[in-house]
Amino acid sequence: MALTIKEVEHVAQLARLKLTEEEKVKFAQQLSTVLDYADTLNAISTEGVEPLIHILPIRNVFREDQRKPSMEREEILANAPLAEGFQYKVPKIM
Amino acid sequence: MSPDYEIVIGLEVHAELKTQTKIFCSCSTAFGAEPNTQTCPICAGFPGALPVLNRQVVDLAIRAGLALHCEIPAMCKFDRKNYFYPDLPHGYQVSQFDFPVCKQGYLDIDIEGQKKRVGVTRAHMEEDAGKLVHQGDITTTPFSLVDLNRSGVALLEIVSEPDMRSAQEARAYLEKLRSMLLFAGVSDCKMQEGSLRCDANVSVRPFGQQEFGTRCEIKNLNSFRALERAIEYEAKRHMEALEDGTELFQETRTWDEEKQMTRSMRSKEEAHDYRYFPEPDLPPLFISREWVDEVRAALPEMPEQAQQRLMEVYGLPEYDAALLTLTPETLDFFDRCVQEYPDAKTIANWMMGEFSRLLNQTNQEIGDSHLTPDHLVQMLRLVDDGTISGKIAKTVLEDMFNSGQSPQEIIKAKGLVQISDADTLLPLIEDIVGANPKVVEDYKSGKGKAMGFFVGQIMKATKGQANPALVNELLKKVLDSIQ
Amino acid sequence: MELYELTVHELQELLAGGITSSAEIVKSVLARIDAVEDQVKSFITVTREQALDKARQVDAQGSYQGLAGIPMGLKDNICTRGVKTTCASRMLADFIPPYESTVSRRLDQQGSVLVGKLNMDEFAMGSSTENSAFFATRNPWDLTKVPGGSSGGSAAAVAAGQIPFSLGSDTGGSIRQPAAYCGVVGMKPTYGRVSRWGVVAYASSLDQVGVLSKDVRDNAMIMQIIAGHDPLDSNCVDLAVPDYVAGLDGSVRGMRIAYPREYFGVGVNESVRDLVMQALKKYQELGAIVEEASLPHSEYALPAYYLLGPAEASANLACFDGVRFGCRDNTAENVVDMFSGTRDHGFGDEVKRRIMLGTFALSSGYYDAYYLNALKVRRLIANDFTKVFNDYDIIIAPTTPTTAFGLGEQRGDLLTIYMNDVLTVPVNMAGLPGISIPCGFTGGLPVGMQIIGKAFDEATVYKAAYAFEQNTDFHTIKPQLGVR
Ligand SMILES: [Mg+2]
Ligand SMILES: [Zn+2]
Repeated sequence: MALTIKEVEHVAQLARLKLTEEEKVKFAQQLSTVLDYADTLNAISTEGVEPLIHILPIRNVFREDQRKPSMEREEILANAPLAEGFQYKVPKIM
Repeated sequence: MSPDYEIVIGLEVHAELKTQTKIFCSCSTAFGAEPNTQTCPICAGFPGALPVLNRQVVDLAIRAGLALHCEIPAMCKFDRKNYFYPDLPHGYQVSQFDFPVCKQGYLDIDIEGQKKRVGVTRAHMEEDAGKLVHQGDITTTPFSLVDLNRSGVALLEIVSEPDMRSAQEARAYLEKLRSMLLFAGVSDCKMQEGSLRCDANVSVRPFGQQEFGTRCEIKNLNSFRALERAIEYEAKRHMEALEDGTELFQETRTWDEEKQMTRSMRSKEEAHDYRYFPEPDLPPLFISREWVDEVRAALPEMPEQAQQRLMEVYGLPEYDAALLTLTPETLDFFDRCVQEYPDAKTIANWMMGEFSRLLNQTNQEIGDSHLTPDHLVQMLRLVDDGTISGKIAKTVLEDMFNSGQSPQEIIKAKGLVQISDADTLLPLIEDIVGANPKVVEDYKSGKGKAMGFFVGQIMKATKGQANPALVNELLKKVLDSIQ
Repeated sequence: MELYELTVHELQELLAGGITSSAEIVKSVLARIDAVEDQVKSFITVTREQALDKARQVDAQGSYQGLAGIPMGLKDNICTRGVKTTCASRMLADFIPPYESTVSRRLDQQGSVLVGKLNMDEFAMGSSTENSAFFATRNPWDLTKVPGGSSGGSAAAVAAGQIPFSLGSDTGGSIRQPAAYCGVVGMKPTYGRVSRWGVVAYASSLDQVGVLSKDVRDNAMIMQIIAGHDPLDSNCVDLAVPDYVAGLDGSVRGMRIAYPREYFGVGVNESVRDLVMQALKKYQELGAIVEEASLPHSEYALPAYYLLGPAEASANLACFDGVRFGCRDNTAENVVDMFSGTRDHGFGDEVKRRIMLGTFALSSGYYDAYYLNALKVRRLIANDFTKVFNDYDIIIAPTTPTTAFGLGEQRGDLLTIYMNDVLTVPVNMAGLPGISIPCGFTGGLPVGMQIIGKAFDEATVYKAAYAFEQNTDFHTIKPQLGVR
C-alpha cells in the first residue's frame, strides 16, 4: 500500500522521530515500496492459521522472589546525558 | 445531582503486589529508598537487558483473581504497550493485553443495606513506571527528575465493568476491593504510598438512554474522599455541559486536590495508539488447574466468610460484622479480643466507637496504633469489676492508644480508680446538696433536671471517678431525706 | 606461517606445546590489525592494552585450558562491561555498558582475550555494513566489495586474519550472509540455544548470537562454550549441549539431505547455484542421500520478516530516548522535542525506516492486516520446515543468491539489498540452526553454502559441514591483502 505524507507524519510522531519535509517525501516513497512488497503476503490465505506468537515450545519460565543487590547508582547513572541529585534530569514535560 | 441524569462509573485500580523483588528483576521493592538505589539494567531499560518473570507475581495474581471470583484462564501472556514517557525506561510497558491472567469476576458491595454486584472485567499483571519529581507543578516546572526505584514493581490492574451509578457506589467498590486484596494478602493497599491507585472512568447520560455518554478518565485519585469528590465534580461538569449543549471530549483529566476540581491533562489532544504486541522476551504462561487449586486451598478466610462467622458464632448484627471485617487487621483484633473476653457486642462497640474515632482522628490504621487486644480486654474487665467507670474507660483507652501502657499502669499513674466507697462519697454529696437549696427545691417540685445537675457536680468534684450507680443511689437517699 | 593465520585449534596446540605464548599471539594479531585495518576497516574499537594485559595474565598462569590466551573479536552490539559498545550508531557512540553479555562473559571466563569490537550495520539493520554510522567495512577478497552484514566486521576480520574467531548476531542472515561473502564459517544456532543477555536487541524473537571462524572445528568448539541455558534469558532453554567437536567424524554416510527447489530458482546466480549443486554431488559421493524437496512458502518469508523484524525493533529501540544513556538533543526545551531531537540525531536512515515500518505495522487499523498476518505466515514457514525434517536430517541451499556486491552499488535500492537475505531469513523465521561454509569461488569471490538443521540439532549441522570441509580445500584459501 502507498503511504501518504500525513500517514508518515503520524507514524513518525508515534515513533518520536523528527523528519524534514524532504525526508517525509523520501520515507513515504520508500516505505510504500516495502509495504507493496509486504502486500505479496495477500497472495496466500492465512485463514484459520494460528499466529506464531512464540517460536519455542517453552512456557512458565520463572525466577524466585529473592532479592539481589541492585546496581550501584553511580554506575547506573554513569551513562546519563544529564543527572542531578542521583536522578536523571529531563526538560519540562509539558 | 439532577434526577434526569444517570452517572456511569467504571474503575481501573492498580494494586502493587506484595513481593520482595520487582516483576522482571531482582531489585528490592522496599518503599522510601534513596532515588535510583533500587535499579539495574533490566528495570532501568538498558539495551541488551532481558526480563525474567517473578513466580510470586503470578501466584499473587491468581490469588487476587480467586478472591475476586475471577476465571483463571489456562493460558495468558505478556504484551508490550508502547508509548514514550521519561519515567518509562523501555519506551514500552510490559503488560497483558488480550490474554490477561484473570477474567470475569465480581464484587458484592453494600449500598444502604442493599447488596449490589459490580462486575470485574479483568485483572492483569504489569510493571510499574518510575517516578517523575517536578520542581513545583508539572505545567510550570522547567525540568523534572527521574527516579526508577519504582520502575518494574509488579502491579495488578483490576478493571471493573461500568456498573457503578454514584460516587458512593464507586467508593464502596474501592473499599470492598481494598478489603478483598488485603484479606487475600496480595497487596498492602496503601493509597498514600501509592500501592493502591485508582482511575475513574465517568460518563453521564439521560435516564433511559442505552448508549454511554462521553467518557472521561480521571487520574490522581489518592484517597477515597478524592474519588468521591472527583466523581461528583466530574458528573456535575458533564450534566452542565449536557444542559448547555456544550461539547464534551473523551479525555484524561487529573484531580486537583487543592482546587477540588478535575482538569484536562493534555494541552493538545494526542493520538493514543499503544501498538500492543506480544512480548517476545517472555514465553507464555500456562496455568494448570492444579496450580489454581493449590492457590485456592491456601486462600485465607475472606471478608464475606468472616462476616458470616461473626454473625453466626457471636450473634453480632450484620452492620457490626461488616465493619469488623473491613481489614484483616480489624478482624484479627476482634478475634483476639473475643478469645479472651466473651462479650462480643461490647468489644464491637468499643472497636467501632472510641477506638475507631481515635484511629480516624490520628489518621492511623489499626496496626499502627499502640492499643493491643490484650489491653482492651483488660480494660473491659476493669469496667466490669467496677474498678473504673465506663466514662473513665474512655480516658484510659485514649491513653493506651497513645502510649501503649497497660490500663492498670494508667489507672495507677493517674489515680483513676473508681470511688465505690459510700463513706467517701456521702459527705461530698451532702456538701453539694447543702450548697444548692434552690436546686433541691426544683427537685422537690419534680423537675427532672435537678437530679442531673447534682450528678454532674459530684462527677466534677471526683474528676469523674465516682461510681455512677452508687452516686445515684446515695444522692437519692440524701435528697429524699430532706423534708 | 604467521600466528595470526592460524585457526583456534592450531593456536591451542602451539600454546599447549609451549611453542608460543598468548602475548605473542595477541601481538601477532595486533600487528596484523595494524597492517591491514586501513584497508579492511573492521574494528570500531581495538582494546590493545587491555588485550596485552590479559594475555600476560594468562601466560603467567602457566597452563592453557579451554580458550586461554586465544584472541577474540566481538560484534559491537555485544555488551562488554567497561568497553565501549556502540552498535555502530551515533546514538551509542560513547556508551560504556555497566554489565557484560553472557556470551562474552563465558568466553572471558574460558580465558579468551578480547582484542576489539567489530563494525556492523547500525543496530544490526542491513546486509552490507555500509549502514555503520562510522565507516564501511570492506571485503578482504576485494576491497571494492562489501563484506556483507550486518556482522560485516566480524566476518571481514576473520577472513583478513585480524582475529582467529569472532561473535556476530543473526536476525535474518547477519552471520551467514557475511560469512558467505567473506569465505568464512558462520553459524547461527537454534533460537534459544545461546543467551541473548547483554546483546542489544534488534528483533527479539529472531536474534541469535553465533560464531564466525576459519573452519568448522573452531566454530563447533566456540559454540560449545557460548551455548546452553542462561537464567538471564527466559528464552534460552535448559537443554543439554552435546559435544559438538566429538561429533565431527567426517562421515555423512546415510545422512538424508534435502535441497529445496525454491532456493535454487530465479534470482540465484548461476555459478552460485552450480557450486552448491557440486557440493551436493560431493555429499552423494560421501554416501549421503540427496533429494529435492519443497518449502512452498519460502518466498513469503522475506516480506513477513520485513514486518515482524521492524515491529519488534520499533519497541526495542524505544529505550533510546536520551534520558538514561546515549546521545541527547540538549537544545530541546521540552521532553517531547528532546525525544524526537535525540532520535533524529542518533539514528541513521535505515534504522529510522525500520522503526517507522514497524510502528506502522503495529498501528491501529493495520495490526491485523500486517503484523498479525505476518505472524500467521511465520507459522506456515515454520510448518514447511517441520514437514521436510520429517524425512530429512538437514537441508542444503545457497547462503545467498549472489556473491558480494560492490560498495555503494545497492545503496538506495531497498528491495535489492533486502533480497540478499532471501535465503537466510526463513531459517530465522523458523528458529532453526543454519551454518554457512565456503563451497567455492566465482569471479575471485567466495560462495557460501548453507546447511540448515532441525531445532537444537546443531550437532548434525556441524557434522555435515565438517565432512564437506575435510573433503574439500576451500577453507584453506586465504584472501591476499597487500601489506603496506
Ligand atoms: Mg495499566
Ligand atoms: Zn532492577
